[in-house]
Amino acid sequence: MSTATAEKTRLGDRVFSGLSSGAGLLILAVLAGVAIFLLVEGLPGILADPSEVKSSQSFWPWVGPLVLGTLIAAVVALLIAMPIAIGVALFITHYAPRRIAQVLGYLIDLLAAVPSVVYGLWGIWVLSGTMAPVYAWFERYLGFIPIFAGPASATGRTLLTACIVLAVMILPIMTAICREIFLQTPRLHEEAALALGATRWEMIRMAVFPYARSGIVSGAMLGLGRALGETMAVAMVLSATAGVVTANLISSTNPSTIASNIALSFAEASGKSVNALIASGLVLFVITFGVNFAARAIVDRRKDFSGANG
Amino acid sequence: MSHVLDATPTLRLPTKAAHLVVAAALLAGVGVWLTGDSVFLGALTAWAVCFALPLWSLVVEGSRKATDRLVTLLVGSAFAIALVPLFSILYEVLHRGTKALGIDFLTFSMRNVVGEGGGIYHAIIGTLLITGAAAVISIPIGLFAAIYLVEYADGNRLSRWLRFLVDVMTGIPSIVAGLFAYALFVLFFGEGVRLGIGGSVALSVLMIPVVVRSSEEMLKLVPNELREASYALGVPKWRTIAKVVLPTALAGIVTGVTLAIARVIGETAPLLIIAGATDSVNFNLFDGRMATLPVFAYASQRNPGIPPEFSIERAWGSALVLLLIVMLLNLVARLVSYYFSPKGER
Repeated sequence: MSTATAEKTRLGDRVFSGLSSGAGLLILAVLAGVAIFLLVEGLPGILADPSEVKSSQSFWPWVGPLVLGTLIAAVVALLIAMPIAIGVALFITHYAPRRIAQVLGYLIDLLAAVPSVVYGLWGIWVLSGTMAPVYAWFERYLGFIPIFAGPASATGRTLLTACIVLAVMILPIMTAICREIFLQTPRLHEEAALALGATRWEMIRMAVFPYARSGIVSGAMLGLGRALGETMAVAMVLSATAGVVTANLISSTNPSTIASNIALSFAEASGKSVNALIASGLVLFVITFGVNFAARAIVDRRKDFSGANG
Repeated sequence: MSHVLDATPTLRLPTKAAHLVVAAALLAGVGVWLTGDSVFLGALTAWAVCFALPLWSLVVEGSRKATDRLVTLLVGSAFAIALVPLFSILYEVLHRGTKALGIDFLTFSMRNVVGEGGGIYHAIIGTLLITGAAAVISIPIGLFAAIYLVEYADGNRLSRWLRFLVDVMTGIPSIVAGLFAYALFVLFFGEGVRLGIGGSVALSVLMIPVVVRSSEEMLKLVPNELREASYALGVPKWRTIAKVVLPTALAGIVTGVTLAIARVIGETAPLLIIAGATDSVNFNLFDGRMATLPVFAYASQRNPGIPPEFSIERAWGSALVLLLIVMLLNLVARLVSYYFSPKGER
């Protein structure tokens, strides 16, 4: 920005620049601290003897099903949320009348403001009940597809319900990223497409989507990262069974996820079990960090091109 | 935009075609709803009838226009679907939460309460204290880091990494932040530590990246001419930042900070881990368990006791209070940015 030209720097300047760079370094230290402290407290859990922990299993066989459950829930949530997020972003940026577009954007952002515990209550008391008959219908008519094999849960507190709640929760961030990227499409490209006689959809397909592809991918990955780490909605909605791995979305036998398992068992855990739970948190941290890292790297790589920094 | 296409002499649907189909769809939907008393089936029917428009268009206008209309319908449906959970949540929380609400609910704690009665005073105090302390920790760190990124770093390698890692940090799962705070405090206080300040530390981990990013965006919007004018008058850099740059960006920064607070005030998982739950009022962040609104709502739902309905009612009541606080913060943030931000780009 500007170069310091003064020969002797003033005390105020030195204090201010020290505080600023100190704050920056502190943030990096915190991030490193998260990894280090989880490792320090988690390592005894990873190395613990099966007899020392509540699950009576050694660490990796215990955490394996949890990781799979986490991945299944997050990926299904992403598959539900992805098309809706793109649709909503397109609606706000290219379909809705410009005057109300911003208000519609706020409405979607409100979804991000709802606390996760409220989502959890809503999932248990409202969504589950609504979905239970739908699951029965799925089982009867779509039962030949393994994910709908059933037997359908009577309470509706199934993996699919949890995934729908997760999908609603990750919708705002994915929509926000898609919106931003769609708006960055050069106006001239769009108008050129329309002038050549393209319909609105053809314009979107030829001018907007090619431009936005990397943004959509990174938005999806950010959503995936959120879904992987979301705790309360899954912990509250799902009646999970320990050690289960299943892709059956509508039965009452459900896999647990890392985050919800920690939330449910942390209060009662003691001794090495606490360390094991912290170690599973470390596994979750590594996974989400990887996903987020990749997502941000994709955005950053295309930044010069997409104009996000200008 | 479609006027451009009017030059081509192709057949088109009448201009009222869309209205006609939507009206028919609504009629069919209401019909199904009233005969079968299921709103869900009614909505589904109405939606299905809407597909008549692209079909009609396919016959009259050809496949290109039909695809366009189909996509318009799908995009509109996506938006409608996204609004369903929002309004459902708002309605249910208001509807179920107001039953518990009252003066007693807000001014009593849960100490020695079994069954009916009791309130969330202790949880409100805990939420305000813990979130307040988190804000006190996060705002200076976040703001100074943003100042570093915009004013001092000059795009060096450290700043590029910092910006990137702050972005990555916004995706840290909240429960991991809670485990971090636990792992940190357990070193000093031993196993089973539960402290309000631990909750603040955990929330800070989640809040700092949001503050950094929003403040950075706002500082970047300050025109360089202002800085240069200040330097030209011989004002030192730190005074330029403190007296020119920060005041110009203040409205935006306040908005960002308010939204960051709104984001963390509803966090449940980290507080469940490190702040724990209690029935009593605790004003001391550094001593023992502290109840908070989200954890209270969660615990009331999970361990309702017998009979369960009073506890469930309290869960919805506290959810309503929490939601109101969050919405209020969001509203304040929007109003600040609307009324106080300098008009210009964006």
